[in-house]
Amino acid sequence: MQVNEYKPLIVAFCCNWCSYAGADLAGNNRLNYPADVKIIRVPCSCRVNPMFILRAFQRGADGVILCGCHPGDCHYTSGNYYTRRRMSLLFSMLDYLGIERERTRVEWVSAAEGAKFAATMNDFVEKVTALGENKRLEDLRCKK
Amino acid sequence: MQEIKREILINKAKDLLADGTVDRVLGWKAGEFDYDVTPAVFNSADEIEGDFVWNGFCGANFSKYLVKETLKGDGKVLVFLKPCDTYSFNQLLTEHRFDREKVYAVGVPCNGMVDVNKIKEETDSVVSIDFDGGNTVVHTLYDGDLSLPTEKLLSERCVNCKSKKHVAYDELLGEDGEVCDSGRFDEVARLEKMTPDERFEFWQNELSRCIRCNACRDVCPACTCEKCVFDNPESPVENKAPANSFEEKMFHIIRAFHVVGRCTDCGECSRVCPQHIPLHLLNRKFIKDIDELYGEYQAGSVLGNRAPIVDYKLDDAEPSEAVERGDENA
Amino acid sequence: MRKISLDKLNQLFSKIAETQTLYMPVDTKTGARYEKWEEGKELSDALNTVRSAKDFFFPQTENLMDFKMEGKNIEIIDTRNEAEDFVIFGVRACDVKSFEILDRVFLADPADSYYENRRNHGTIVSMACTRPVETCFCQTFDIDAASPEGDVVCHKTDDALYLEAKSDKGEALLNSLNDVTEDTDGSAVDEQVKTVHERMSRLPLASLSADAFGADKTKEFFDRPEWAELSQSCLGCGTCTFVCPTCQCYDIKDFNTGHGVKRFRCWDSCMYSNFTKMSAGQPRLTQVERFRQRFMHKLVYYPTNNDGLFSCVGCGRCLSKCPIQMNIVKVMKKLGGKSND
Repeated sequence: MQVNEYKPLIVAFCCNWCSYAGADLAGNNRLNYPADVKIIRVPCSCRVNPMFILRAFQRGADGVILCGCHPGDCHYTSGNYYTRRRMSLLFSMLDYLGIERERTRVEWVSAAEGAKFAATMNDFVEKVTALGENKRLEDLRCKK
Repeated sequence: MQEIKREILINKAKDLLADGTVDRVLGWKAGEFDYDVTPAVFNSADEIEGDFVWNGFCGANFSKYLVKETLKGDGKVLVFLKPCDTYSFNQLLTEHRFDREKVYAVGVPCNGMVDVNKIKEETDSVVSIDFDGGNTVVHTLYDGDLSLPTEKLLSERCVNCKSKKHVAYDELLGEDGEVCDSGRFDEVARLEKMTPDERFEFWQNELSRCIRCNACRDVCPACTCEKCVFDNPESPVENKAPANSFEEKMFHIIRAFHVVGRCTDCGECSRVCPQHIPLHLLNRKFIKDIDELYGEYQAGSVLGNRAPIVDYKLDDAEPSEAVERGDENA
Repeated sequence: MRKISLDKLNQLFSKIAETQTLYMPVDTKTGARYEKWEEGKELSDALNTVRSAKDFFFPQTENLMDFKMEGKNIEIIDTRNEAEDFVIFGVRACDVKSFEILDRVFLADPADSYYENRRNHGTIVSMACTRPVETCFCQTFDIDAASPEGDVVCHKTDDALYLEAKSDKGEALLNSLNDVTEDTDGSAVDEQVKTVHERMSRLPLASLSADAFGADKTKEFFDRPEWAELSQSCLGCGTCTFVCPTCQCYDIKDFNTGHGVKRFRCWDSCMYSNFTKMSAGQPRLTQVERFRQRFMHKLVYYPTNNDGLFSCVGCGRCLSKCPIQMNIVKVMKKLGGKSND
């Protein structure tokens, strides 16, 4: 095995009620997904401010994924509907600025979908690995 | 170049001061060279007679000044609003940012405002300027008198004027216009058609000129937070100068995002940018996306409108669909 | 005095660039900017650059030092490097004068070593103005746009560039250029200087005087009621301070990189609500005080501390860049800058 193989850093914002539990289920079921995914638990996907996403990139993330309850299943009734609009606009703006669109993603994962969580992460890590290091939204000061 | 003459505005202001309807007037004040017009509060008929200006350089949008001005004293303030200013006026009212009872708004028709930078592309020195029919006559130091077609000197936002219709006023001077069929999204569409690499290069080049003077934020009628996140030492993103290209991008993405659904596309951000960064192209991208994804929406057109960013539908597009939609445009 | 014909300018530039980095104003779509010279780049004829030349010695942001934490130890890493020699070509008289104003701040004991380092390695080649414009008022501060200061002074006529050394550094630079320049007398230059002086006397702001202002006049101007009116439409942005060649306020901040701390300084603006913020808040509560600070500093405080020297050079950048078109000329006229005539 190569020693210097590129491993991306992925930040996953997971809503407390569905996706975080989904990640838990993936763990309980011994499903594999790369350890490069760092999960940050948020009360609701709607808690994620666009600044969180940009800051994750600044601090060295190569990809940021946001997971929440399926539309209609939000613990707070409608939080993820707002998330959906916000992230649609933000991701479209990042694309407009020439940032690779595969670096950002929103996925709806319920507490029962441990398998989907693992599959989503595997797929996302694969896509971001193919892209390589985040160069367009990086802050060199944060590089070691 | 403006159809409504200065005298009509002055007389209106004097009348309203005289009959006690208002006790001060927000207007444009003469400077040194005709083009350097400053927003100012006039307190008397004499001041108005001496310094009040209404010409092709009265671009400043007064709506935001009302937030602070209405907090002073009990009397009403007279404000002159061009059609595009009335959208900001309505939007601020929608957000309850000032007391409508303390304002007397007079709508003035506008034929577009001149961008002095376009004049300075033609000549290096501008001593004074006259408007003569469709022409702008520039008196220069070294090039004699230049007569330039005013149409060619209009600022970008006026070339792509979105509306000549006033959406709010107590009184209107002259005739009201119509909402225009403008090409204001053409440039956004052109950028969308580029490859991601080209777009990245374009924005990297534009935003790298940013000196973080904050003029775009401070002039923006939608930016009325008491304390901006970028000024708050408690926030991890407070910075007084962009240390690198990341901070340039973050500031401008967040600035534009914070006014999504509230930006009326008045174009003040691009007008004031000392580095001539086309900031309106960021705001217009959001407006275009909203129009395409959630239905046409013009902030400020109707008092009390709910912005799409604080609303939702059960069958909204997924973020991935929203982004990939760009491919069909390309 | 040395001379080179304009069609050979490229030879001059490549000769300088052989030994040191050469910067000069270059035309871009958004005005003239200083850029590193390389083959193919042409000297701009624009009167002045969008950003001032202070960037070379006092950049907008600059790393001061790094800290590394290991356990309970903090390692302090000096990130300074000795600057390399460089030449700034085509600096106008106003901007050259601004270096003197900055020097008095940064080189006063104890000298700012970051600034001093760059200053020692920089050679300034100034360029006399030929077409001053309506926003120019350098003569108000006794600056002669037609014969600037600098290590080497240049005059550009229709067909040639005339160079004259004014310091040892300039002498050394000119000597290294002897191959491409020829000796000449100064008659063509004298002629041009006369024309430019005549032009300057006709400028709209030619009669603006700063006599009313100066050292020890704080009491006279501090409580003037006009400040409220002058500042009423000020947005509180930092445009005037950031385009100004003489504004020298900065803030020092720490940036947490996640694996250490970078201490850096960046320009600050007295127009900002968080300028010189202390535990008790900002000492200047409203925009009136912040606005007053800027102009009092230029016209009264700085002269008080610096033998009567004003810290404005009349470059006119703030006149053309202020979003609401309020500027030092309007302030001076309102507060008593009486006309000479």
